[in-house]
Amino acid sequence: MNRGSPVIEVRDLIKNFAVSSGFFGRPGTFLRAVDRVSLLIRRGETLGLVGESGSGKSTVGNCILRLLQPDGGQIFFRGRDLAAMNRRELQTIRGRVQVVFQDPLSSLDPRMTIKRIVGYPLTVSKQVRGAEVEDRVLAMLREVGLGKDHLHRYPHEFSGGQRQRIGMARALITEPECIMLDEPTSALDVSVQAQILNLIHDLQKRHGYAYLFITHDLAVVRHISHRIAVMYLGLIVESASKDTLFENPCHPYTRALMASAPRPDPFNRQDLAVLPGDPPSPVHIPPGCRFHPRCSSVMDVCRLEAPPRVRIAADHEVACHLYPST
Amino acid sequence: MDAAFTSRHPRLRELLLTLKILSRNPSAVAGALIIGIMAFMGFSADLLAPFDPIRINLSERLNPPGWGHLFGTDEMGRDILSRVMHGARISLRIGFMVVAAAGMTGSFIGAAAGFLGGRIDNLIMRVMDVVLSFPPLVLAMALAAAMGPSLNNAIMAVAFVMVPKFARIVRGEALAVKEMPYIAAARVSGAKNFWIIFNHILPNCMNSVVVLATLTLGETILIAASLSFIGLGAQPPAPEWGAMISVGRKFVMDQWWYATFPGLFILFTVIGFNILGDALRDVLDPRIRR
Repeated sequence: MNRGSPVIEVRDLIKNFAVSSGFFGRPGTFLRAVDRVSLLIRRGETLGLVGESGSGKSTVGNCILRLLQPDGGQIFFRGRDLAAMNRRELQTIRGRVQVVFQDPLSSLDPRMTIKRIVGYPLTVSKQVRGAEVEDRVLAMLREVGLGKDHLHRYPHEFSGGQRQRIGMARALITEPECIMLDEPTSALDVSVQAQILNLIHDLQKRHGYAYLFITHDLAVVRHISHRIAVMYLGLIVESASKDTLFENPCHPYTRALMASAPRPDPFNRQDLAVLPGDPPSPVHIPPGCRFHPRCSSVMDVCRLEAPPRVRIAADHEVACHLYPST
Repeated sequence: MDAAFTSRHPRLRELLLTLKILSRNPSAVAGALIIGIMAFMGFSADLLAPFDPIRINLSERLNPPGWGHLFGTDEMGRDILSRVMHGARISLRIGFMVVAAAGMTGSFIGAAAGFLGGRIDNLIMRVMDVVLSFPPLVLAMALAAAMGPSLNNAIMAVAFVMVPKFARIVRGEALAVKEMPYIAAARVSGAKNFWIIFNHILPNCMNSVVVLATLTLGETILIAASLSFIGLGAQPPAPEWGAMISVGRKFVMDQWWYATFPGLFILFTVIGFNILGDALRDVLDPRIRR
């Protein structure tokens, strides 16, 4: 398995949610949380998925984890379609895609000791038993910077950063190939954020994990990602390698996001450009390009037609009428 | 206790912490004390009771309280103190058996309903609503009467009546717990529904169950005594409090001590469980605790 081989591929993923169940169980209104999203996560690489709250970025992750059943599209794990697998085949894949959640406290069962929490994925799958579990747990705790004296404690006895390390240890103990990091640092203090980001980065260098890093924080995504996909209202509006995206953001939404991020430069103070309006509700998606009500360079065509996705460079795709397909 | 020892036994450490907090709560201490005395009398009734609770001694019929018989004697000449002490054993045993049975079934039913949701939830909870719609004493009476008068039937009847209380509380908690990210993390690791119910949902509902169980113990003892009072529970000559009051009722005008002492014991036991339960509710509430 060399670096760069695809681990997870998502093709045209669709996920709807029922808004109201309707009268007498008839289907009511749906909202489309994820609309034909395609992603490629490679070994040893971090794909940053950026978007405002409600953009559907976590929904994509939950579909990959099979916590949600997709309504369309395909998800491939190492080239095999998850939907086409039977139960036994799915069981073999369990543990090879893992997750770290945003809130480190509520993602750890308050009634379990650290030893049980971290060893949990092993005991559930019955791969490993007895004393070996403790050995593996201990090795994993060392890997994330914790030690033996933490084994018999409860989650509430730890700090936020330590809890997130425990969450990492639980995710890594099954030797996964892909880890979904759902805003793993946004509940932490800034100084602790850096520690956790470095830990995430080091672990990837050592083991070659493929990461799907979901966040709304551009500074974080710039630090950790190799490639970035920007989501708006369930749609990926722009995707590129990190350097390309930050040097040459093309979609007006990406530009607006970057302009609204504070820059740590007191000598070059600028007023932050604020994106006008709120993101429209996914129940009433605007016709045409779904970004047009807030777009600074809106054209007539934007109100009528949804822009196609255009490849403007080798690793740079945009869905915007400013970049017509040739 | 040795710190190194407790650091390796997290459950014990948590238990000690809970007991420490409880010991600072006066009503918890009072409730525990009352129940402790009752339990002690019940357990050691064979050793402590001055007389045999069942042996008839017709020469000592209906003696008033005095140095020979602290609580007096009944119409068969049996020592009421001895009978009341043995009665503590019967009542506590009924209470614990009922609460254990109802608590376990009810908690599991509630956890399954809340966690699985949908139609299963609806079906289970509507059945529970039907049971809850009867006053507990009336339903227990009907069931006990239908099964025939005996102590075991009374226990089963009361347990059945108590199941929905546990089911409803645990279901509510399960609805909250199942949305926690650690449940999603367990799913990602491949945990199946029943594994999750037993390893995550039920342990995280335990605080409410413990509180409810304590309060239900008091209620159960009262209902069981009521059943015995109308002849559906313990049968003579068993020294059950309710049954004693039932017979003592006939003598209440002239021999006040006959019905009074078993009545007082019921009163204190139920109050003891109630104030302990209230205190537990305060102490076990995680929002207050940490």
